[in-house]
Amino acid sequence: MLQRSWPAEGVTRVPYWVYQDESVYREEQEKIFRGATWNYLCLEAELPEPQSFLTTFVGDMPVVVTRDAQGALHAWENRCAHRGALICMQARGKAERFACIYHNWTYDHAGNLATVAFRRGIAGKGGMPADAKPESQAPKKLRVGSVHGLVFGTLSDKVASLEDYIGPEILPRIKRVMKKPVKLLGIYTQVLPNNWKLYMDNVKDTYHASLLHLFFTKFRINRLTQKGGVFVSRDGAHHCTYTEMVEDQGDAYEKDGMRSAGSSLNQFQLEAPEVLEQVDELGDGVAIQILSMFPGFVLHQIRNSLAARQVVPKGIDRTELHWTLFGFEDDDEAMQRRRLLQANLVGPAGYISMEDGAATGFVQRGVAGSPDRASVIEMGGSTIGSGDSRITETAVRGLWQTWRRHMSL
Amino acid sequence: MELQHAVERLHARYAHALDADQLEEWPGFFTENGVYRITTAENEARGLPLPVLYAEGRAMLRDRIASLRHANIYEPQRYRHLISCCLVESKDGKTATSMANFLVIRVMENGETLLFACGRYVDRVALSPEPRYEERVVICDSRRFDTLLAIPL
Repeated sequence: MLQRSWPAEGVTRVPYWVYQDESVYREEQEKIFRGATWNYLCLEAELPEPQSFLTTFVGDMPVVVTRDAQGALHAWENRCAHRGALICMQARGKAERFACIYHNWTYDHAGNLATVAFRRGIAGKGGMPADAKPESQAPKKLRVGSVHGLVFGTLSDKVASLEDYIGPEILPRIKRVMKKPVKLLGIYTQVLPNNWKLYMDNVKDTYHASLLHLFFTKFRINRLTQKGGVFVSRDGAHHCTYTEMVEDQGDAYEKDGMRSAGSSLNQFQLEAPEVLEQVDELGDGVAIQILSMFPGFVLHQIRNSLAARQVVPKGIDRTELHWTLFGFEDDDEAMQRRRLLQANLVGPAGYISMEDGAATGFVQRGVAGSPDRASVIEMGGSTIGSGDSRITETAVRGLWQTWRRHMSL
Repeated sequence: MELQHAVERLHARYAHALDADQLEEWPGFFTENGVYRITTAENEARGLPLPVLYAEGRAMLRDRIASLRHANIYEPQRYRHLISCCLVESKDGKTATSMANFLVIRVMENGETLLFACGRYVDRVALSPEPRYEERVVICDSRRFDTLLAIPL
């Protein structure tokens, strides 16, 4: 058990040991990632055909996701029942069955142990006893759910259905983006030098975007003075923030001398602003929507850039962010080109996203000497809920309320 | 040999400019409509078009540098490029194709030194009036990028 105490202020404080403690990390694996949560696995479009598969992670646990010959989705732990080796080494592909390379034990698409090599020995010699039960150590199977083309899995038989887990505040905002069959554009991984929660915290922090990202503010893509809002699920676990396309003509950032307004660099204008040109393809005048689900999933629409981000913890101070960018199957050439140009906004080289990697790493380093000090998270008071202001940390408080509930802290 | 030398010299000047933080020179290594694209071997092999960084023409290349200089926040860092195994061909004497290996080492201000990226440059080079990239595709061997990719590869 963790011998840690939470600051008396409660939901408006987050102590820094949560990002530093190995035992916290281990407990998170069990209580959160392998606990009563739904974890993002992939897009359905990444398993286009019967018998296709890919490998991914739920927390530290390696997972195989498959579509069987009948088209049903499965997910199971990528660990052989025999000695624990990875069953599937490839990132993706098609297979009729899965054979562990170590001793050639094989599995079907649902993760059932199908055959044990030389189980009965040869010519009456060797092999396993008749009453041996290697199946007792079979890979764990995940319950799989899919909403609007997004595939999730859980090891918990207690957690609610995927739709109920997401809840009525957030589910329509997923549907809004995933409105048509999607086409995969590509993937890459950004390695972040910080705890996974610092990244989720950053995503849920509607207050930072226009202050950290000069690109947002200077080019009036996303200012807190623009019309927008935030939805938070009833339990605080998930959030969705949006900004409308109508540009702010005000000068609140300039008056207050914010770095991000670039007031000292009035000469800085884009020579090729077409990188930012948006077509209102979703038809509701929203320029940006950032959506997150506990514990580690993000869905974004930034103008015409669409992506799923999977947050994969790799130790207390290292996180992999698996980006999957997509468009729609019916994109024409102009839309595809627009999406590829707008890919410049996100990912490791993204005009916007590169800075999130920097900022969260700065926190990890900044707090090294202060495990018992805490973040001050009081923008918007101490409540957790939806609203029409983004000058709030309401969704961040929701993250920590949820995290503490799972961790019994 | 002259062709080989001319293209290798372009690669070398390009690398030295980036490594010496003369980023403003970078767009000048491309033709006016030159295309620059960073991708991964994995996306390339799967026929997936997603770039990590993508620019069409010098205006977009200049925007990238202006943004790095004036807009983006990232820790001070330098690259060291090593380029080798350069194969050059030209059928018409006007443009050449080139493929070369690259290794980029990233050095942070505190001295932390990391093998940041390796892969291939696949280039189409306009040879006159002086060699410039019509297209430079940077195919990184790994799908992983550490923290952020600010300076072009």
